[in-house]
Amino acid sequence: MMNDMRITERTMSNEIKIAAKGVDVFYGDTHAIKDVDVEIENKAVTAFIGPSGCGKSTFLRCINRMNDTIDVCRVSGDIHLEGEDIYAKDVDPVQLRARVGMVFQKPNPFPKSIYDNVAYGPKIHGLARNKAELDEIVEKSLRRAAIWDEVKDRLDAPGTGLSGGQQQRLCIGRAIATAPEVLLMDEPCSALDPIATAQVEELIDELRASYTVVIVTHSMQQAARVSQKTAFFHLGNLVEYGNTDMIFTNPSDSRTESYITGRIG
Amino acid sequence: MLFLGFFAILALASAAYVLARNRASAVVGGEVSRLHSRPNYHGFLAFLVAAIIGWALLFVVGGVWGILIERAMMADIMAALPEVSPIEAELILSDAHAIADSGIASKSGPLRDEIAAKLTSHSALHDYGTLLLAALGAALAGFWAYSNVSEGWRARNRSENIVRRILAFMTIIAILTTVGIVLSLIFETLNFFRNIDWQVHKYLFGTNWSPLSGVQAGKLDPDKVGAIPLFAGTLLITVIAMLVAVPIGLFAAIYLSDFAGPRVRAWAKPMLELLAGIPTVVYGFFAAITLAPFLRNTGESVGLSIASESALAAGIVMGIMIIPFISSLSDDVINAVPQSLRDGSYGLGATKAETIRQVVLPAALPGIVSAVLLGISRAVGETMIVVMAAGQGANLTANPLEAVTTVTVQIVMLITGDTEASTAAGPAFTLGFTLFCVTLLMNVAAQRIVRKYRELYD
Repeated sequence: MMNDMRITERTMSNEIKIAAKGVDVFYGDTHAIKDVDVEIENKAVTAFIGPSGCGKSTFLRCINRMNDTIDVCRVSGDIHLEGEDIYAKDVDPVQLRARVGMVFQKPNPFPKSIYDNVAYGPKIHGLARNKAELDEIVEKSLRRAAIWDEVKDRLDAPGTGLSGGQQQRLCIGRAIATAPEVLLMDEPCSALDPIATAQVEELIDELRASYTVVIVTHSMQQAARVSQKTAFFHLGNLVEYGNTDMIFTNPSDSRTESYITGRIG
Repeated sequence: MLFLGFFAILALASAAYVLARNRASAVVGGEVSRLHSRPNYHGFLAFLVAAIIGWALLFVVGGVWGILIERAMMADIMAALPEVSPIEAELILSDAHAIADSGIASKSGPLRDEIAAKLTSHSALHDYGTLLLAALGAALAGFWAYSNVSEGWRARNRSENIVRRILAFMTIIAILTTVGIVLSLIFETLNFFRNIDWQVHKYLFGTNWSPLSGVQAGKLDPDKVGAIPLFAGTLLITVIAMLVAVPIGLFAAIYLSDFAGPRVRAWAKPMLELLAGIPTVVYGFFAAITLAPFLRNTGESVGLSIASESALAAGIVMGIMIIPFISSLSDDVINAVPQSLRDGSYGLGATKAETIRQVVLPAALPGIVSAVLLGISRAVGETMIVVMAAGQGANLTANPLEAVTTVTVQIVMLITGDTEASTAAGPAFTLGFTLFCVTLLMNVAAQRIVRKYRELYD
């Protein structure tokens, strides 16, 4: 009871960026997400953890309506981004995705040059009026993604030629380039080695200053290291949501405790 | 006889299989796990050695013996008629063969009858002798494998080794056949060039093609073998075909892979691929009987004169024929573009059209280019449609409404015409060889591009 009070207090004290209420997701006949309510804070890192198949990635993909690209997927309930219903009829998912960027599990640079990878989003959305502005956006995004120094001399080289960790940071830079408000990261480090993972985690921590970051991760250590808030999903339910240190040191639900201590998952 | 021999050896080898397998079980008293090789391998080894030795003897002994008989007969004929030329002697021999097989001989006579009688007696001996030798060889080989059956006998390794050699042998046959065809093309081409006194430039760059009108004593007129009109016609029809096939095929592939739902895709893709199953001869008469008159009439009604055998009709129908190649191959490469790339693009707020145009198509481009190149080499080599719909006269024009001829049409006309084969073959082989070089180059280019494309994702 005490814990719940404190979480509420903390949540109330910060601005809410994304508010989800009663979200259900169906894949054909499978009920993948069951009545999830969650409020995600502005300019903080929120981690979604849980065992494989618990629905954490599915829920993440609801926030930028990526699930729209899957035919059999159906979403119901309300998700508000800054008070605006993103599933309202007049919302164009394409424009929504420019505001809510996404980084994927496997680095997926386009088979284009490093420069064109980053310039792709700004070009589509008309963010640059001329080449000079575009150059500036590219440089700024790559600096933000902490990869500028490594690639500044070979912007014309293909993005696919970089190492895995560099590719993932390039993808983060690419997502930043469209000037999103929210960055969704779907297990961004699962295909990376420990050194690249550390670099990306450090980057996530820096990104918190400017963006609302939601990260899905398999690694509880990673959630503990990078996030301020943690949500634990199990079998499509949001079991527990609160401050990260609270979830990891003093979980209120027995399932959370079992997962964190390694008994389930 | 060969047929009977084949089955006799098969029966012997099968018997060797059963015997060796049973013996293998028997030597270890039924405890087959003590054997180095399972009983089946002992049987299989016996089968392989018996069959291979038997069949090889059948062919080699039968062939060599047959040649020896022919030689002896030729010697007999030359001895009886010392003044005949070898060609006449061969004619007599083939007549004798015909008489022996109670077929129709060009002439009859005592010498022919005598040789025929000899042939009949020889051939009985030849057939049964060969069969007996082959069966004996097979039986000995089978017995060798049978008698070697023992606990430690490595029948498995040996039989696998033999199988490996058989596979290699088949590969060699395939390769040698190809090499043989190419070599014969090259030799005939060189013969043709010799025939026109090595004025190769007149073939490559000449504009007048009517090779058979200038023949004098087997010699071709170098001024009438200019292949330019044929290649120009081929090029014109290919261009028209690709103008039809590339947009339709590519756009259909894009629709099927990225827009169509699974239900539409389930019937639309097989329907498109059905086009590839239509025999080209059907396309040919469709072009000649349906499309060409339609084009001519339509042309007339708007004041255009369109030949009833126009490059346009042939090109359009050929394009339709090539659509499934382009669409099917492009669909494959577009589908091979990882979903993660599409997701990445959607995740940046790109629309479906932007994603396809700027991410999917560039990623699939090498594959699409190679699909187009393969389509072109199909179009260049296509024969039936152009034979029926494109015309025969070598006409150098860039006007698609006129009749043109193609390389393949001219080859058909040279080979099926009633000119002496030795004269007509030269230009036909040379055209074929040139065409082969063109398609080969395009296929190599297509494969290079595909390989480059693979490196991108692996």
